[in-house]
Amino acid sequence: MIGASLGAAAYERAPEISRILAGVGPVEDTRRARLSAKADAILTLNGIGISFGGVTALSDVDLEVKSGEIRAVIGPNGAGKSSLINIISGLYHADHGTITIDGQPFARVPANHLARLGVARTFQNLALFGGLSVRDNIASGRVHTRHASFVEHIAGLPRARREDAMIAEKTDQIVAFLHLESVADRLVATLPYGLQKRVELARALVAEPKLLLLDEPMAGMTATEKAEMAGFVRAARDRHGVTIILIEHDIGVVMGLSDRVAVLDYGRKIADGTPAQVRADPAVIQAYLGTAEGEDSEGI
Amino acid sequence: MSYYDFLFVIEVLVGGLLSGVMYSLVAIGFVLIYKTSGVLNFAQGSMVLFAALTFVSLVERRVPFALSLLITFAVMVALGFTIERTVLRPLVNRSPMTLFMATLGLSYIIEGAAQLIWGTQVHGLDLGIDDTPFEVGGVLISSFDLLAAAIAAAMVAGLSAFFYWTRIGLAFRAVADDQFAALAVGLRLPRIWGTVWTAAGFVALVAGLLWGARLGVQFSLSLIVLKALPVLVLGGFDSILGAIVGGLIIGASEKLAEVYLGPFVGGGIEGWFAYALALVVLLVRPSGLFGQKTVERV
Amino acid sequence: MAVQALDTARLPVDWAKLVQKLALPTALFVVAYGVVPAYASGYLVEAILLPFLALSLAAVGLNLLTGYCGQLSLGSSAFMAVGAFGAYNFNLRVEGLPLAVTMILAGISAAGFGVVFGLPSLRLRGFYLAVSTLAAQFFVQWALTKFGWFSNDNPSGVVSAPHLAVAGLSLDSATGRYLLSVTTVILITVLVSRLVNSATGRNFIAVRDNETAARVIGVPVLKTKLLAFALSSFIIGVAGVLWAFTYLRTVEPAGFNLDRSFQILFIIIIGGLASIRGAFLGAAFIVVFPLFLSRLGAFVFGGLFDSGVLDMSQRIVLGALIIIFLIAEPNGLSALFDRLKRRIGSRSS
Repeated sequence: MIGASLGAAAYERAPEISRILAGVGPVEDTRRARLSAKADAILTLNGIGISFGGVTALSDVDLEVKSGEIRAVIGPNGAGKSSLINIISGLYHADHGTITIDGQPFARVPANHLARLGVARTFQNLALFGGLSVRDNIASGRVHTRHASFVEHIAGLPRARREDAMIAEKTDQIVAFLHLESVADRLVATLPYGLQKRVELARALVAEPKLLLLDEPMAGMTATEKAEMAGFVRAARDRHGVTIILIEHDIGVVMGLSDRVAVLDYGRKIADGTPAQVRADPAVIQAYLGTAEGEDSEGI
Repeated sequence: MSYYDFLFVIEVLVGGLLSGVMYSLVAIGFVLIYKTSGVLNFAQGSMVLFAALTFVSLVERRVPFALSLLITFAVMVALGFTIERTVLRPLVNRSPMTLFMATLGLSYIIEGAAQLIWGTQVHGLDLGIDDTPFEVGGVLISSFDLLAAAIAAAMVAGLSAFFYWTRIGLAFRAVADDQFAALAVGLRLPRIWGTVWTAAGFVALVAGLLWGARLGVQFSLSLIVLKALPVLVLGGFDSILGAIVGGLIIGASEKLAEVYLGPFVGGGIEGWFAYALALVVLLVRPSGLFGQKTVERV
Repeated sequence: MAVQALDTARLPVDWAKLVQKLALPTALFVVAYGVVPAYASGYLVEAILLPFLALSLAAVGLNLLTGYCGQLSLGSSAFMAVGAFGAYNFNLRVEGLPLAVTMILAGISAAGFGVVFGLPSLRLRGFYLAVSTLAAQFFVQWALTKFGWFSNDNPSGVVSAPHLAVAGLSLDSATGRYLLSVTTVILITVLVSRLVNSATGRNFIAVRDNETAARVIGVPVLKTKLLAFALSSFIIGVAGVLWAFTYLRTVEPAGFNLDRSFQILFIIIIGGLASIRGAFLGAAFIVVFPLFLSRLGAFVFGGLFDSGVLDMSQRIVLGALIIIFLIAEPNGLSALFDRLKRRIGSRSS
């Protein structure tokens, strides 16, 4: 349904389509053109390609993410999902294509300014600071809002204390939101895996990003933990209005959670649309049934 | 530049290249271990000392040359497997920095033990190699250096053959490529590590004999580790080719710098010149000339 | 406003906790300024306390860089040398410079060097960086030996430390030098412990634990690393001043060699990485351990245990201890100390 109404809205903006088409160059897929025509896109990828030592990880991938949606990118192992998220967060630099974040176009996203662009992310393999407590890990997600120098910190001058207090308040809110109170003062490395994943989500959310990139947030979790995490992701969008890009290997998890789903296979986008559309797409069925892993086809 | 000046440059260059081979000799020992276990083995220098000291002490006690060599090699094998067992295995899955610091401790143990067992006096080591320089087209070349270079070349060839054509060599390359994958297909890492440390011990033995013959066998032999580090940095920690080329570059440029740059700054620059050179290369190529560029996996 | 709210919320003071918290610092203070100056023998001060204090400070400095920020440095003693020679020359060439200013300027010189040799850290990681810090070690030692200007063209290269005085009060006696040392160490340690518990300190840890994640959340990684190099070198430089001025009473390049750098690294490994208390425990261990070993050796082996044997067995035991600590107690003496305290605490309650 979402796809249909979206399509209708896009057709009414024909002039915009032609303008964007002119800028982008020839686009074969009309559906792709329709999607990129949405005016309230917070993220647009145009013709993204990257290869590592001769192996192409992504080629000519377009993606458009509307403000406030949960956008899933799925695909079998090695489809290029992680490369995509790493390009968006500036850790990899694309060989081709441009990335537009909130109206600002980039050939290379500056990773060290990512937080200030309003983008936060989590990592496929946990990337927490093992030597810090849960609370300090979460608080570090707002480090980009700090301005006080180390001298102010040592001396405990007002600006440093004000920043500390403001960040502590935000941290407490997120800790409560994700039900982490009971472990907040523990060293993060001592937590079980599922909780660590949640702390990473908290660290990303505390930055109050406009765009949140989740790289396999449910990988390695039990079914209960997955359901819990899905609940948190949805609540994050509903309560904080954050736009979410969700990379997932497991197709079943994302179908119920996302508004739109893009499917990657061998570095190319083979389908893009509502969960229902994607589910019915022969190319997707082919890609998933083609892989040896049975669990992948469960969701279809 | 006159003909004689030119000859002089050539002579300095050749001398530098030949001593560079000696650096490579030590550096190769590092590369073997780094490639398979990701450990920068600071104890390589003390292993060189230990091997040379054991050998020379045996020879001085009238043990025949060949037998001494054999016994020393056996000792190095034992040392390699002991290190694997007592140091590396308990530290498996720990950070490379931890492992490095452990090898730093190891170097203290080996140095201390070598001298506690064999004493601290300087031993002369005569390998029966004539060291009269001979002349090629007006350039004087040390025959000892040339022989050392030949031995080093033979050793590299031997090691390459070992690693390309034997089962354990294949396993070594698999481990160097991907430790986890190697584990997954059932390669026994402890045995491979033990073997690699043995190979490194063998390299240390050869280096120890050649360096010992040149400088005398004494404590300062373990300091050649400091000569090998810039070679490694320049060539890349994980490349045998890098260790050789790095050694040649550093040997040659160090000698040239000492002759042509030294007088302007008061000499004695060989202590840091190699480091400065390596650093400049690093700033352009952060993984050395031949080192693998790693893609950040996140 | 938020600050006020928080402060008032904490108003009811928990006296028992406060007493418990202040007990140890107070006791240390009384010992440092009361008991030691009054009762400690000359030998204890000259042979144990002075080197202990200087090494502790150097270890605090290295811990900031290696323990907290994760940048392995093998060139600590080069920065000590820069500090020592810096102080010597500032004192020599600037008439009437107060001692405190001399020490701060020496620290700043060392910090400058630290930043220069820390610059490669912006591009290099791990071992490549560690090796590049060796460049600092060899270059500094070479420059100080080669250019006579640094040691005022003294033919032997060994110069005596200057007369020490603060506000006209001579500190040349053993007790005076001890008071200078202990005050400097306490002052810097208090500042460092505030730093590591602040947002800056947490940035250090973030860079150490996961540089990529730190960068993505907006930690200024390059700035943080350079700051760690600068602060660490500053502290190690001041430690160098203490080492040369209060302990050795001479300034010479030879003492600041690679072995000294390793010694400081060993202190933080044995004491505990990323622990300020560990730096002190480790330094105490490193200073006392050779004395203990020589007594023990002489007792067990008698005359057989000469200085050569002592030196070698010291190396072996030290090396073995490093490995044992890395395997069995990566958090060093500091963690052992905690465990002991907990055990005593659980027994008494």
